[in-house]
Amino acid sequence: MSWRVLLLALLVLAGPAWAELPAECGVAAHLVENSYPLPKVKRAIAAKKLNILVVGAGSSQLPGANGEKNAYPARLQQALVDQLKGVEVKVTTDIKATRTAAEMVKALPPNLAAAKPSLMIWQTGTTDAMRAVDPDQFSQALDQGINIARGASADVVLVNAQYSPRTESMIALSTYSEDMRWVALQQEVPLFDRFSIMRLWSDLGTFDLYSATKKLDIAERVHDCIGRLLADLVIAAAKPPEPPTNGSR
Amino acid sequence: MAPVSMERDLRLDLFRGIALWLIFLDHIPSNAVSWITIRNYGFSDATEIFVFISGYTAAFVYGRAMRQHGFVVASARVLKRAWQVYIAHVFLLAIYLAEIAYVASSFDNPLYTEEMGVLDFLKNPDVTIFQALLLKFKPVNMDVLPLYILLLAWFPPMLWLLLRAPSTALISSAVLYVLMWFFEWNLPAWPSGTWVFNPFAWQLLFVFGAWCALGGAQNLSRWINSRFVLGLAIAYLVFAFCIAMTWYFPRLAVYVPKFVGEAIYPIDKTNLDVLRILHFLSLAVITVALVPSDWPALKSRIFWPAIVCGQHSLETFCLGVFLSFAGHFMFTEVSNRLFMHVAVSVAGIAIMVAIAAMLSWYKQAERQGGGPRPPAARPGLAGGDA
Repeated sequence: MSWRVLLLALLVLAGPAWAELPAECGVAAHLVENSYPLPKVKRAIAAKKLNILVVGAGSSQLPGANGEKNAYPARLQQALVDQLKGVEVKVTTDIKATRTAAEMVKALPPNLAAAKPSLMIWQTGTTDAMRAVDPDQFSQALDQGINIARGASADVVLVNAQYSPRTESMIALSTYSEDMRWVALQQEVPLFDRFSIMRLWSDLGTFDLYSATKKLDIAERVHDCIGRLLADLVIAAAKPPEPPTNGSR
Repeated sequence: MAPVSMERDLRLDLFRGIALWLIFLDHIPSNAVSWITIRNYGFSDATEIFVFISGYTAAFVYGRAMRQHGFVVASARVLKRAWQVYIAHVFLLAIYLAEIAYVASSFDNPLYTEEMGVLDFLKNPDVTIFQALLLKFKPVNMDVLPLYILLLAWFPPMLWLLLRAPSTALISSAVLYVLMWFFEWNLPAWPSGTWVFNPFAWQLLFVFGAWCALGGAQNLSRWINSRFVLGLAIAYLVFAFCIAMTWYFPRLAVYVPKFVGEAIYPIDKTNLDVLRILHFLSLAVITVALVPSDWPALKSRIFWPAIVCGQHSLETFCLGVFLSFAGHFMFTEVSNRLFMHVAVSVAGIAIMVAIAAMLSWYKQAERQGGGPRPPAARPGLAGGDA
C-alpha cells in the first residue's frame, strides 16, 4: 500500500499531464496503459467517424431513471465528443446483467453487424467468477470473442471486474482476472484494468467503495471517471506514433 | 524399508505453523500485510507447504499405528480424523453463511448490483446447504478442508501400500497425477465448475509427504544435500521471482521471451502445476540446507509460537479461516486504513498462538488428570496432530 502512496506523490508532481481529467479520476491515470496499438480506431478518428460497441454485464450499467445516461458507456461517449472535435462519435451498447463471457460471445455477430464498430470494449469476468465457470472455458470464450470482433474489423479493449471490497470474500475473482490478463497479452489487446484502478481509488480514499449507501452519487462519479479514462485510452491510441520515449512498447 | 526416526521433527511443526499464518494473511481480502507472503514472490504458496506436511505427519502418526495395531485400527483412526475435519468444515460454513446473510441484509450499493448477485443462493438455502454438506458447494477460501477430508478418507489403502512398497505407492500416485492431466479428471462442484483444489492432483504432494516420512527423505538425503541440487533450487527460485515481478510491473512483461510465457502460463493452481511443485521442492531443498533438524534454536522461545500452531494444525487452520472473516468484517465496518490491516494481521496471529497454547495446555492437563489411559488411544505424538 505504501508504494501506492509513493506513486501518488510522484503522480502529483507530474500532475499537469492530465489537466483535462478531474483530479479524482487522474490519480489512477498511470494504470491506463496503452500497451498495444488500436489501428482501426486510429483510422476511424482520422476519417472523422468513430463507432464504439460496449459489450458488458451488470457492472456496465447503473440503476435508476438516469442510469443509462450516467453509466460509463455514455460518459465515454461524452468525453470523446468533448475531446475529439469534429469527429462523429457514436457509442452503442449490448449490456445485460448476469451474463458470462460465453453468453456474450453468442450475441456478438449480430451486434457487431448492426453497430459496425471500429472498437469493441468488452467488460466481462464478474459473472463467470460468481458462477465458477471453468476457467479454461472462460479463456476460450475470450479468445473467441476477440477473434469474432477482429473478423468484423474492430479493435478490442478488455475491461476486467470491478473492485468490490464488500463482496471480496465471496467472489473468487483472481483466476478470472489472471486469465483475462493472459489472454490480453497473448492476443495483444489492451486490458483496461478497472479492478486495479478502483482498488487504488479505494486505497487512497478517492471514493469510499466500502460505503453501504443506497445513493447513486459515488456510483455515478466512479462511472464518470471510468468513462473518461477509457476515452483517454482511445485517444492515446490515435495519437501519432512519433514520441516513442516512455512508451510501454 | 528404512528405519523411521521416532522423534517428531520440530521443523515440520514450525513450517506448518508458519504456513497457517500465511494462509490466514492471504485469506483476508485486500489485506495489505499479505504482500509479505510467499505467493507474491514465486509460483507456489502456503497451501503446498500445508498439504505436504499434512501428508508427512499423517504417515508418521498413522504409519506407526498401522504397524503396531494393524490395518483396521489405523484406518478407523484416519477416518475418525477425516470426520473431525468434516465437522470443522461444517462449523466454518455456518459462520460463513452468517457473514453472507449479514452482508445481504445490510449492503445495497447501486454500484455493485451485479456483484450482489453472488448472494442469490441465499434465496434457496435448501439446495445450497445440501450441496455444501456434500462438499460440492464450497465458498471462497473454504476449499482446503474438503481436499484434506478426501485425502484422509483415501489414505488408509495408500498408507498400507506405502508401508509395503513405498516406491510403488509413490509411482502410482504420480501415475494418477499424470492421468489426471491427460484425461482432465476432477470432481464436480456446485453450481458449476469443478473443485478448486483438484484432489487427483494434490494427492501427489500429500503422498510424497507421506513417502518422505516413511523413510523416503533418508533415501533422498544424498540428493537433497548435494551442492548441485541446491544450486538448481536457488536458480529456479530466482527465475520464479523474476517472473513474479512481471505480475506487478506489467512493463517488465515485455522482457519475458514469448516462448517462455507460452511455456509457463497459465500456472495452474487447481491442478497443481508442475511449476508449482518444482517451486515448492526448491523451497524445501533450501530450507533443509538452512535449517538442520537438530538446530538448537528450534527448541527456543522464538519459534515456539509457530511450532505450537503447527502442532494443532486443524484447530489453528479453522480459527484462521474464522479470523480472516472477522478481519474482513473489521475492514468493512471499522476502518480500511493501513494501520487497521497491520493491527488485524498481528492480532489474528496472536489469537491463533494463544488458542494453540491453550489447546496444548488443555491436552496436557487432560492427560495428567484424566487417569491412566492406554497409550494406544493417543492418536498423536508429543501433542501433535496428523
